[in-house]
Amino acid sequence: MFAVVMLAGIYGLVSASFFVVMDAVDVAFTEASVGAGISTLLMITTVAMTGRTDHEASHKPLLALVVVTITGGLLIYGTFDMPYFGSVDAPVHNHVGPRYIYDSMKEIGVPNMVTSVLASYRGFDTFGEVTVIFTAGIGVLALLSVVRGQENDTAIEAINNSMHEKYLILRVVIKTMIPFILLYAFYVQFHGDYGPGGGFQAGVIFAAGIILYAMLFGLSVARRVISQPLVQLLSAMGVLIYGSVGLVSMLNGGSFLDYSVLSDDPIAGQHLGILLIELGVGLTVASVMIIIFFSFSARSEYQQANKGESL
Amino acid sequence: MTMILGLYNYWIVIVLMMIGFYMIIAHGHLIKKIVGLNIFQSSVFIFYISVGKVEGGTAPIWQEGIILYSNPLPHVLILTAIVVGIATTALGLALIVRLKEAYGSVDEDEIQAMDNQDMANQDKEHQQC
Repeated sequence: MFAVVMLAGIYGLVSASFFVVMDAVDVAFTEASVGAGISTLLMITTVAMTGRTDHEASHKPLLALVVVTITGGLLIYGTFDMPYFGSVDAPVHNHVGPRYIYDSMKEIGVPNMVTSVLASYRGFDTFGEVTVIFTAGIGVLALLSVVRGQENDTAIEAINNSMHEKYLILRVVIKTMIPFILLYAFYVQFHGDYGPGGGFQAGVIFAAGIILYAMLFGLSVARRVISQPLVQLLSAMGVLIYGSVGLVSMLNGGSFLDYSVLSDDPIAGQHLGILLIELGVGLTVASVMIIIFFSFSARSEYQQANKGESL
Repeated sequence: MTMILGLYNYWIVIVLMMIGFYMIIAHGHLIKKIVGLNIFQSSVFIFYISVGKVEGGTAPIWQEGIILYSNPLPHVLILTAIVVGIATTALGLALIVRLKEAYGSVDEDEIQAMDNQDMANQDKEHQQC
């Protein structure tokens, strides 16, 4: 099972480099931090909690193989009518695409078209997606939350001291790296208008920094640095900020999430709106990722504690 | 020959998608199913991104003097889909962890067998009443 999970991580990294080749730099950014980072981490945690072995008894390849071959054959037959790869006159490039490409600089004033489509033209979609992420965070919390007793200060001290001896080099290196990771996350967050980046990527990178800290120094120490109730509040705040920007633009006489009315100058209004909703997205994504990791590792600590008692 | 060169991106997507599909239906191990689901999902990502690519175009970030860009719309859709994907994967993994705690197994067939056992026992109790 360990091999399966590690291969899935490598696959994530390879597909990220594929996205760079395909000109999708923003997507590659996200895939590199999510596919190769967070998702592998969560899988490893789950494997650690559920056991590494797999028995072959439940393997039924023949019927599955037949079904897969037939479906695949039919799908390949379906591709014969598709437009050729890279052709300029394919249907995708003919409807709203040209407007996004040629008018977005005039209408939104943001060089990165992906950001202007994400945050402004299709802001409503993104709002829905942020809500989905928030809901998934709540779901994980509901499934895995454990009531934690009072943290024992001396126990934490003891863990701290033992860790000092155990992973000295790792701890020193990571401690110097974490500020830079967090700083980089902020750069990605606020530079999303001009280069690849934005709330989604920044949120994941920020969470990765915190998760790194929690992995090396233990969950209890990490929880003292950032309290979980605060993170939960922030994840809701992000969705709230996003929705309020939409409401404020409605109060100013525009339609929902129409940022042009936020300021006297429509372009400045768009800039302000995009900045605010990217902030909301970043907050929600970062806090949901942190919540997910905290829930998983708290659960595994809880399982180990229970095992110790039953033995 | 031009057909093979023009359509190979779709075929790669289909092969990947079928690998994921096979993992979902052929394996009883629930974590392997999740990995299969991820591969299936990423094949859809690759499909969208390759459709958005324009021959000779550059990344869709506005610059003086460049007229041909790849289509930004698929990028936006996939960018958000990736992050939503990890959130839902986490939810699936959380469910697996709880299943393991409740049943002591992460194998689909074993869990089903235990459920059937429970049902049979309940039926018996009913009859005795």
